[in-house]
Amino acid sequence: MQINKIEVSELVEDSLPEYKKNSVNRMLKLLIKSKTGLIGLVIVLIVTIIGIFAEQLAPFDPNAINPMLINKPPAWLEGGEFAHFLGTDNLGRDLLSRIIIGTKVSLIVGVCSIAIAGFIGMIIGLVSGFYGGFIDNFFMRLVDSFLAIPNILFMLVVLGVFGPGLLTLILVIGATQWVTYARLVRGEVLSIKERDFVKASRTLGTKDRTIVFKHILPNVISSFIVVSTLSIATAILLEASLSYLGLGIQPPMISWGGILEGGRNFLATAWWISTFPGIAITITVLGIIFLGDWLRDVLDPRLTK
Amino acid sequence: MAKYLRKRLLEIIPVLLFITFIVFFLVFWVGDPVALMLPEDAKQEDIENLRSALKLDEPMLVQFGYFVSNVVQGDFGKSFRYGEDALPIVLERLPSTLTLAFTSMIIAVLIAIPAGIISAIRRNSATDVFVTGFSILGKAMPSFWLGIMLILIFGVIFKILPVSGNGTWAHLVLPSITLGTAVSAEMTRLVRSNMLAILQQDYIRTAISKGVKPLSLILKHGFKNALVPVITIMFLQISTLVSGALVTEVVFAYPGLGQLLVQAVSGRDMAIIQAAIFVVAIMVILLNLLADLLYKVFDPRIKYN
Repeated sequence: MQINKIEVSELVEDSLPEYKKNSVNRMLKLLIKSKTGLIGLVIVLIVTIIGIFAEQLAPFDPNAINPMLINKPPAWLEGGEFAHFLGTDNLGRDLLSRIIIGTKVSLIVGVCSIAIAGFIGMIIGLVSGFYGGFIDNFFMRLVDSFLAIPNILFMLVVLGVFGPGLLTLILVIGATQWVTYARLVRGEVLSIKERDFVKASRTLGTKDRTIVFKHILPNVISSFIVVSTLSIATAILLEASLSYLGLGIQPPMISWGGILEGGRNFLATAWWISTFPGIAITITVLGIIFLGDWLRDVLDPRLTK
Repeated sequence: MAKYLRKRLLEIIPVLLFITFIVFFLVFWVGDPVALMLPEDAKQEDIENLRSALKLDEPMLVQFGYFVSNVVQGDFGKSFRYGEDALPIVLERLPSTLTLAFTSMIIAVLIAIPAGIISAIRRNSATDVFVTGFSILGKAMPSFWLGIMLILIFGVIFKILPVSGNGTWAHLVLPSITLGTAVSAEMTRLVRSNMLAILQQDYIRTAISKGVKPLSLILKHGFKNALVPVITIMFLQISTLVSGALVTEVVFAYPGLGQLLVQAVSGRDMAIIQAAIFVVAIMVILLNLLADLLYKVFDPRIKYN
């Protein structure tokens, strides 16, 4: 990993004059060089395709209860059937189909909540960093307050008040994750604001809005994309935790955390119900982390986390 | 020092006020508890009387004033479920959560410090790749799933450890490992990168050329200097630790704050929810303050201002 980073910064320096022309080439070069990045990209692509075409790909109706098929083990164990490859749950529902449909919910929650968080955080960060003073002070105290309450705690309470469900879940994850973006964007704005090209532009009488959107935003966007990618992983993990606690996605809607919770009481008789959704979560999150690390190398070689 | 402490303590006030407002607002939003407290055929007159007795007919800001004055006196109202004052119920659960957090932190430190140091010294070796891989995997794995897998292995298959409840040290083993592993993932990475930075310092090179023995070089010259960031890292994990404890407690039916809170959220027991948020938020704020102070004690170069 460390070697990669040094090479990356050299690469960037070499290609600076013809940066734009080389950027696609460079991305591909870096992708081939970073094996984990490639693995991450492949995982994310596969998971996304499964999520989008979940209904078509699921071999059985995920909610079809079948008393004849209760707790069937996976295909490779004694008593398993090839048709129900990962086995069935305590109500005879096909586990593979349920995990495939669950992919959709995880992706929707991950992407939508981070879109909301990113939007709020970007605006607050831009305003706070650009104007400073009282506004900055107010928003930063707000950020401190959010940081003082552990995320899960805040979410539990909001879900308790508004009731669980897909929309609440997306909104509440968005409402806690914006803090990261606000801090990131504010920090970037503060440093970019002092750079010569912004000062020059201001001397020429450019409007605030133009400075923010034409000069500052394009410089913030790359670290923003990197952090967003990694945040989707966080959001997916949060969704799973909340659904596991019974306060996230509610049946009949299917989520990985929900399937896991359903299998908790059948560990002795049907270990597979709780095992496979966890593997699905781990692989997905791992893929996103790998992809995010690669994106960081490509888009923002300065960031070393 | 005293001046700095005073400033930091004063900064806590707006954060606490903001948390108070959020907590109040959420409950205000839920609306009138009167309908739940009286029988369905209650007379309009009785409803009005109870409303004014509970000061629910006052404007929102006035209600907020009453709320703040009650909170300052430690009065969060009575729990619906237990019929007693909420704060003592929450405080009663605090020691078991703190015990779990403490033992998990010890496990995390026992894993993260040796693993981080070894992988920094043997940079890019097979050991380093293994440790880095382990720490990424630890981040990708949902901790509640790890808990369930541990229950499956040690409680269901080998039957050597209890999987729920508390009382003996054996009840603490699985929850602490679950939470400790989750925390150690991030910690290992941070210990490794701090140690790497220190190993590149001039005084390390001087020590090597003077012929200092490797073990003494690593422990006395390297790790001793890495200790300051490591302590900060430990405290930075507090929020993760608290969030993790809430979920882990539910997985292992461990009677701490987390379990109490999840039950309160499902049952909409507002008094308990409010008291729990306050207790946890104050705990997190104070521990962070302690981290800041310790940081300055261990590294006298840092100025108070």
